[in-house]
Amino acid sequence: MSGSANGLTRQQMADRIAFEFQDGWIVNLGVGIPTMCSNTDIGDRDITYHSENGVIGYGPIAPAGEEDLNLVNAGGQNVTLRPGAAVVHHADSFGIIRGGRIDVTVMGAYEVACNGDFANWKITGQKGGGIGGAMDLAACAKRVFIIMEQITRSGAPRLVAQCALPVTARRVVKLVATNYGLFEPTGDGFRLREIAPGITLDEVRATVGCKLTVPDNLPQVRLANQ
Amino acid sequence: MTQKSKQVGSFREAVQDIPDGATIAFGGFAMPGVPFNLIQALLEHGARRLTLIGNTTGGAQQPRMPDMGMLVENGQVKKVVCAFTASTRPTDVLPFTKYYESGEVDAELVPQGTLAERLRAAGAGIPAFYTPTAVGTELAEGRETRVIDGREYLLEYALPLDYAFIRATRADTFGNLQFHRSQRNFAPVMATAARVTIAEVDEDILPAGAIDPDQVHTPGIFVHRLVKVPPPPNGLWPTRRQERRR
Repeated sequence: MSGSANGLTRQQMADRIAFEFQDGWIVNLGVGIPTMCSNTDIGDRDITYHSENGVIGYGPIAPAGEEDLNLVNAGGQNVTLRPGAAVVHHADSFGIIRGGRIDVTVMGAYEVACNGDFANWKITGQKGGGIGGAMDLAACAKRVFIIMEQITRSGAPRLVAQCALPVTARRVVKLVATNYGLFEPTGDGFRLREIAPGITLDEVRATVGCKLTVPDNLPQVRLANQ
Repeated sequence: MTQKSKQVGSFREAVQDIPDGATIAFGGFAMPGVPFNLIQALLEHGARRLTLIGNTTGGAQQPRMPDMGMLVENGQVKKVVCAFTASTRPTDVLPFTKYYESGEVDAELVPQGTLAERLRAAGAGIPAFYTPTAVGTELAEGRETRVIDGREYLLEYALPLDYAFIRATRADTFGNLQFHRSQRNFAPVMATAARVTIAEVDEDILPAGAIDPDQVHTPGIFVHRLVKVPPPPNGLWPTRRQERRR
């Protein structure tokens, strides 16, 4: 089969990660695709979304014309508040993070290594970078889930044996959704848990930069809440 | 006894004593809480060799409002201390980046929570603290770490300020402040870390006592000057941001 398929859409990747959220979790969503997890229908599970700027319990993006210009999520989007929301200052917000209250942080990444290291703050050849809250979240959240494209724009794997870019935190990633499937770092490789519709196993194997374990009965990526 | 009001008449007056070489922090996270009017006044004031502290050097979003990057472009800055000195999206180039890459301006890149805690520590009389953030990364190379109860931590020092520029929604003449929603962000910890805190305020300054003491977010003992933000176009206010193209 040709390698023309792109697999999951951005929203589908976000959906697949959001299906992992459990009732009562406090969840921090990073800028970009992770933000889309808050659009996913996960039934009646009660999730509290936390944002680095101290907003605890934000809801959907505000409808046009109804924005509160003093209320944004971590991506600077004007959001709404859900009943029960609270606002704290930045040091308290990161106290929540460092204190281990965040059940999962979902972030984008440039690379994830098979030992759970990941890189998302500095690109090759750049002086400086954009850390934001990523290092605090990655070091201190109970779980780190990553959403990223399977390969770089030049076609190189992002699931690798070792990060070539400076890492954000070490040995913390538990789950990775890409447009090709759902992966778990195992220490010496990645385990493919689910494969995206329209993507072949050969295409996955050709785009993972280290050992890949594939279960005998490989399911397709779940695209609806269960 | 009557209390003297901390309200000053103009942004220019509020920043007129800022000396060359001052260390100044700016509140704000995205649009909310950024002291646009005080930044504008500092651009006009022209103090140089400044060290600026804030979440980001700014300038990636349109429409662009006064930000730290503009002070850099105006030749007023020696160094910045920020959680973002570049964007994580290769397509978004911060105006600051080229000044850093050329060596014209120095930068200290600090994880956002570490930045907030360094400010909090400075305001709370704590000279340094250990944090798990950034352990095992390039930022920790060559620096002091310590294993406590089996986990490795990085030593971080307090970050005291000469000035904090912040924006609040409501103030009384004593300087007690209330913030609206995510306008609060770094402002309370910056105010405690600064020798002089200057707040630009959205609403008319109220008489002392008009804000219920239980509802004060930042007590007036940390706030030294207040300026009421005039309505547009004379005052600068947060705007709707334009969605980025993919």
